[in-house]
Amino acid sequence: MSAYSITEPSKASKWVAGILVTLYMVITLLPLAWIISTGFKTGPDSISYPPKVIFSPSIEGYVNLFTDRTRATPEQLATMPPPDNFVDEIVQRRGEVVTGPSRFGERFLNSIIIGFGSTALSIVLGTLAAYAFSRFKVPLKDDLLFFILSTRMMPPIAVAIPIFLMYRQLGLSDTHLGMILLYTGVNISLAVWLLKGFIDEIPREYEEAALIDGYTRFQAFRKVVLPQAATGIASTAIFCLIFAWNEYAFAVLLTSGNAQTAPPFIPTIIGVGGQDWPAVAAGATLFLLPVMIFTILLRKHLLRGITFGAVRK
Amino acid sequence: MADVTLSHLSKSFGATNALTDVSMDIPDGAFVVLLGPTGAGKTTTLRLIAGLDRPDTGDIQIDGASVLKDTPAQRDVAMVFQQYSLYPHLTVRDNLAFPLRSPIIAMPEAQIATEVQKVAEVLRIAHKLDNKATNLSGGEMQRVSIGRALVRRPRIYLMDEPLSSLDAKLRADLRIELKRIHAELGATFLYVTHDQIEAMTMATHVGVLDRGRLVQYGPPREIYENPVSTYVASRLGQPRINLLPAATFPGAPPKAAQIGLRPEHIAQGEGQPATVRRVEHLGDQTRLHLTLGPHDLITLSDAHTPLRPGDTLPIQPRNPLWFDASGNRI
Repeated sequence: MSAYSITEPSKASKWVAGILVTLYMVITLLPLAWIISTGFKTGPDSISYPPKVIFSPSIEGYVNLFTDRTRATPEQLATMPPPDNFVDEIVQRRGEVVTGPSRFGERFLNSIIIGFGSTALSIVLGTLAAYAFSRFKVPLKDDLLFFILSTRMMPPIAVAIPIFLMYRQLGLSDTHLGMILLYTGVNISLAVWLLKGFIDEIPREYEEAALIDGYTRFQAFRKVVLPQAATGIASTAIFCLIFAWNEYAFAVLLTSGNAQTAPPFIPTIIGVGGQDWPAVAAGATLFLLPVMIFTILLRKHLLRGITFGAVRK
Repeated sequence: MADVTLSHLSKSFGATNALTDVSMDIPDGAFVVLLGPTGAGKTTTLRLIAGLDRPDTGDIQIDGASVLKDTPAQRDVAMVFQQYSLYPHLTVRDNLAFPLRSPIIAMPEAQIATEVQKVAEVLRIAHKLDNKATNLSGGEMQRVSIGRALVRRPRIYLMDEPLSSLDAKLRADLRIELKRIHAELGATFLYVTHDQIEAMTMATHVGVLDRGRLVQYGPPREIYENPVSTYVASRLGQPRINLLPAATFPGAPPKAAQIGLRPEHIAQGEGQPATVRRVEHLGDQTRLHLTLGPHDLITLSDAHTPLRPGDTLPIQPRNPLWFDASGNRI
């Protein structure tokens, strides 16, 4: 007789679940794997037909990503000193010379400043607003919350032209501050709603206990509410960062020479004599890393789950 | 160490009146127990004194000065919540140290360590100091929560059923411990409980609340022996007071509608014949369930009583309590 349990799934269902998860993983990770591998291909390998799955890796893509180059004739190359580093060596082997660093580093740094800046601002404002909505009697609370939510009811790009004109008037076009404010504006509604949900779950008794224990409300918020809202803050921060990091349309429209982020820059990487797919793939690979690292760093908070148990219900 | 004066306190939450015109003088060093069923306003009274809620009308004075405008921190009170409200992200040690680290007290860390250790030993949770607060049993959580109040020297201790989820032995021990702390510190306590033994043994004063009104306030013996109404009489006494129509026995004073009989008011052996319905041996007492005419009543008897269900036992009242038609004492 086999024991029947409603909590422990059967062996067969575990297998089915395992196969489904693996399939899903393969489907979602395949494009990613292709991009990462293309970053390590040579130009001809990257566009060969049939596509090459097995190839000899090269860092040409990464070299191209970070350099600007021009073609040189063999006579010109002959007059130059022999390459003293691997970058020059790779480039000169192809009959090109490095003319300077590319703007990728700069664009990547812009992405980091704007992405993390707007995430931090959204979280700070969102947490304070969510706490106020959760704990205080705010006049017209429901209407205000609905108004905040309503800013998400249309695609942000629908207001692109007014924002474009406004930003030009205010001198915010193509500035880091402008982009941080814009992404914060889009993210704040998500942040307020998500965080309000998390803060609503934290019983008021903790704060009341802290008030009696000699703390002010703000100190109670900092010492008692914030640590318990860490899970919510972490997941909200990840959502905000992903939006700000990936945003393309506004970045194309509002940024150019100064505050341009990586997404509009990567597709414009043109190699000498054609689209440089390995460099594009290398840029895309590097672009993935910060969000991935951020998520892994916050994973502990995501997994820790909601606190429970110390208040008797 | 402080005296507290509540004058004409009223508080409503929406349409429900939680407290109506409650006035109470709590002398310095008193141990006041608030009795009453759920919803009588006991917790609301504590919350108003602590400053967690504001009264609609009335005044609260501590040491002669109104505290209505003070924050909970400024009032310098300690409170043990019914839901223990331990900070779940902190260890037991940090929970106990939390009030001492507040900007108001800001005790040096070395002294905090000794104070926390002392309280933990009194409450027998010293071996759990490094546990997460969530990683405790209900009784341990309750002890930490009491400890968080005892670790300070506030003007008033407010305790909302602090011993309710402890086992009988620990409850008895902590009852004595709290009483000792009260005697030693001479501190003022306001204490909510449902437990008669706690009320009778710990209190210097008992306040009985009925739907937001303070119906009687006095020493526990007086509340027990001289209840002003059937409501107050039913709050104390185990088994509960038996309430029968006044005409059941002869000798009712005029206007009496009900007779209240506690076990000690029932003399056995003479009077009207009652039938024994059930005999309950509880160990420390033996309860007799009797039927007298159409009425049921419960009294106590000798631990080794030979009475069995079906037996007849004559009973008569001895110095009973009489109440009028609206339940007030005559």
